[in-house]
Amino acid sequence: MIRNTQGKSERNPILKLEHVTMRFGGLTAVDDFDNVAYEGEILGIIGPNGAGKTTVFNVITGIYFPTSGRIIFDGIDITPYKPHQITHLGVARTFQNIRLFGDLSVLDNVLVAQHHLLSTRDADKILVRHGKEPKVKGHLWFWRAVFKIGYREKERQMIEEAMNLLRKVQLDHLAYEKASSLPYGQQRKLEIARALATEPKLLLLDEPAAGMNPKESEELMEFIKYIRDEFKLTVILIEHDMKVVMGVCERIIVMDSGKIIAEGTPQEISRNPRVIEAYLGKEWEHVNT
Amino acid sequence: MVTAMRTMKEKTRRDLTLTVLFVIFVAILLQVANVKFDSYQKQVLSLMAIYGIMAVSLNLVNGITGVFSLGHAGFILLGAYTSALLTIPPEQKAMIFIIEPAHPFIANLHTDFFTATIVAGGISALGAFIIGFPVLRLSGDYLAIASLGFSEVLRILALNLQSITNGSLGLKGIPNHTNIWWSWGWLLVTVLFIVSLVKSSYGRALLAIRENPIAAEAMGINVFKHTLLSFVISAFFAGVSGSLYAHWLTTIDPRITTFGPVLTYYVLIMVVLGGLGSVSGSIIGAILFAFLMEWLRMFEQPFTLFGRQYPAIQGMRMLVLSVLFVVTMIVWKRGLFGRAEITWDGIRKLMKKFRRSGSR
Ligand SMILES: Nc1ncnc2c1ncn2[C@@H]1O[C@H](COP(=O)(O)OP(=O)(O)O)[C@@H](O)[C@H]1O
Ligand SMILES: [Mg+2]
Repeated sequence: MIRNTQGKSERNPILKLEHVTMRFGGLTAVDDFDNVAYEGEILGIIGPNGAGKTTVFNVITGIYFPTSGRIIFDGIDITPYKPHQITHLGVARTFQNIRLFGDLSVLDNVLVAQHHLLSTRDADKILVRHGKEPKVKGHLWFWRAVFKIGYREKERQMIEEAMNLLRKVQLDHLAYEKASSLPYGQQRKLEIARALATEPKLLLLDEPAAGMNPKESEELMEFIKYIRDEFKLTVILIEHDMKVVMGVCERIIVMDSGKIIAEGTPQEISRNPRVIEAYLGKEWEHVNT
Repeated sequence: MVTAMRTMKEKTRRDLTLTVLFVIFVAILLQVANVKFDSYQKQVLSLMAIYGIMAVSLNLVNGITGVFSLGHAGFILLGAYTSALLTIPPEQKAMIFIIEPAHPFIANLHTDFFTATIVAGGISALGAFIIGFPVLRLSGDYLAIASLGFSEVLRILALNLQSITNGSLGLKGIPNHTNIWWSWGWLLVTVLFIVSLVKSSYGRALLAIRENPIAAEAMGINVFKHTLLSFVISAFFAGVSGSLYAHWLTTIDPRITTFGPVLTYYVLIMVVLGGLGSVSGSIIGAILFAFLMEWLRMFEQPFTLFGRQYPAIQGMRMLVLSVLFVVTMIVWKRGLFGRAEITWDGIRKLMKKFRRSGSR
C-alpha cells in the first residue's frame, strides 16, 4: 500500500501466467508462456495463425487444463477451476468466431451474463476462501424466481442495468432485436457488451476486429479504450494484424509456434528483427506496408 | 423511461387479468363437458391434459434446454408405479401379488391420490437426479442413446422386481381417480411452473445453454448444474403425468407397448408437432395427438372400397398418423408454432391485422 504512493500502482499484475505449457498430443500449442498482465493496461497478443494465441485464452478461462504451469488471477490460483467459476471470479471473454445466443434478443443476451450473480455459488465459495466479498446476494434464487417471491424487483434491476450497459455501448435501440439478426459489426460489439455484463476485472478479446474494414477496426480500438476507462478493466487483446493494435496497446506480446518471441511497447515491437522475420516467414508482408 | 416502465407494468397486469379470465373460461368449458360428455369422451379429454403434461415437461429439456433426451417414458413409468403402489388398498395388493407376495413395506403403503402424485413426482425427480449425473455428461447422440437405455433399464427393473412391481403381471385394480379436474388441474400447475421458470433468469440460462453451451459456460453459467436442474424438473412433472396416467388406465404393466420407447416417441411427436421449444405448441400438439389417436380409429374399422368388403386392419391409424405427421413437418418445418408462444400481445396484433384487412 505504501509503495503505491510512488506511482507504481499501475504495475500491479492482475494476471500471472507461470511457465504455462499446453500440449495436444504431440503438438505444443503453448510453450512455456511466462508473463503477466498489469492492472489497467491494454495488452496485445499478436502472432501468425496457429501461434497459440487462442489457446492461451482457452487455458486462462479454464476450457483447457494446462499440461504444466500455473495461472494466478487477482491473487487466486485459478488453474484448477472451471470456465463458469473463472468468469464468476472476474475474467470475461469473447470468441474468435462469434458465439452469441442467436435466437435470444440483444437484451436477453446481456441478461444471461448477469445470471451467474444469482446462481454460481461454487465460485462464490472460492472468493470467500480467499477472503474476498462473495458476489451472489440473497438466497434460494431458483425458488424465488419460480414463485416470484421478491423476484420481480430483482428482474427489474437486472433489466435496468442491462439497458444502461447497452446505452453505453450504443446498442440500446436494438435491445429487442434477435441477436442473430444484427449486422456483423454490431454482433461483435454485443459480444463485448455481454462479456462486460458479467462484471469482469479482466477482459479477454479474441480478434475482435476480424472481418472489419480499417475504419471499423479503428473505431473498435477507440471503443476498447473507452470501455477500459469506463469499466476500470484490464484488457488483453488478440489480433493477428499488427497494425490494428499499434495504436491501442500499451504493451505487446508476440507469439510464434507457441513461444513468446518478443515483448515490449509497440515501437519496440515494430523494430524487433525477430518479429519482422516471423511476420515475413508467415506471409505477413502487409506489416511492412 | 418511467412512463415506459409504467405502461409495461399496466400491460403485465392486464395480461394477468386476461390469463385468469382465460383459465376461468376453460374451467367453465370443462365443467360443461363434465356434465354433457359421455364417459368415453371424458376419458379422452382427461388424456389430452395428461399428454399435455408429458409434452410440456419433455419440451423443457428437449426444446428449452436443447438437450435431446429420450428417457421420458422411464420417468413416467417411475411415477406411475410409485403412485399406483401408494393408492392401491392393501387388501387389493394382497390379491394381485400372486406369484410372490408384496414386500411388507410396499404391501401396507396407502395414501390419498394427491399425496401419491406428489410422491410420484418426487421419486421421478430423484431418479432423474441419479441418472442425470452420468447421462448429462454426454452430449448429442450419445446422450440420447444413454437416456433411452436408462429408461429401458427402469422398465426391465419393473419387469423383474417381482415383490415390488408384481413383475410382468403388472398392477391391476388401480382406483380410477383421474378425472377431468385432476388432469387439467395438474396441467395448469405444470404450465404455470414451467412458464414462470422459463420467463425468469433461470429460464434464460437454459435457453442460453440451448443456443450455445460454450458461450453459456463462459458467461458464468454452470451448464451441467442447470441442465440437471431442467432434467429433474422435467422428470418431476413426468412422474406426475405418470401418476395421472396410471389412475386413468387403472392397469399398468411393464410391457414395451405401455411404458417403452414408443411412449417417448409419442410425446416427442406431440412436442415436435407443436414446435420444439414452444410451451403453447407442446400443449396444442398433445391435444391434437390425443384427438387424432381417437379420431383415426375409424381407419381400423372394417371398410368397403369399390363394393368389396375389407376386414379391419390393426394399427392402420398409426400409419395414417405417421403420414399426417410427415406432411405437417414438410409444410411447417419447425412444427406448428416453431419456437413462438401464444401471447396476449400476439393475439392483439393478430386481431389488429384482421380488423385492418376487414375495414378495407
Ligand atoms: N483442441 C485442440 N486440439 C488439438 N489441437 C489444437 C486444439 N486447439 C488448438 N490446437 C492447435 O494449437 C495450435 C494453436 O492454435 P490457436 O491457439 O488457435 O492459434 P491462434 O489463435 O494463434 O491462431 C494450432 O496448431 C491448433 O491447430
Ligand atoms: Mg485464434
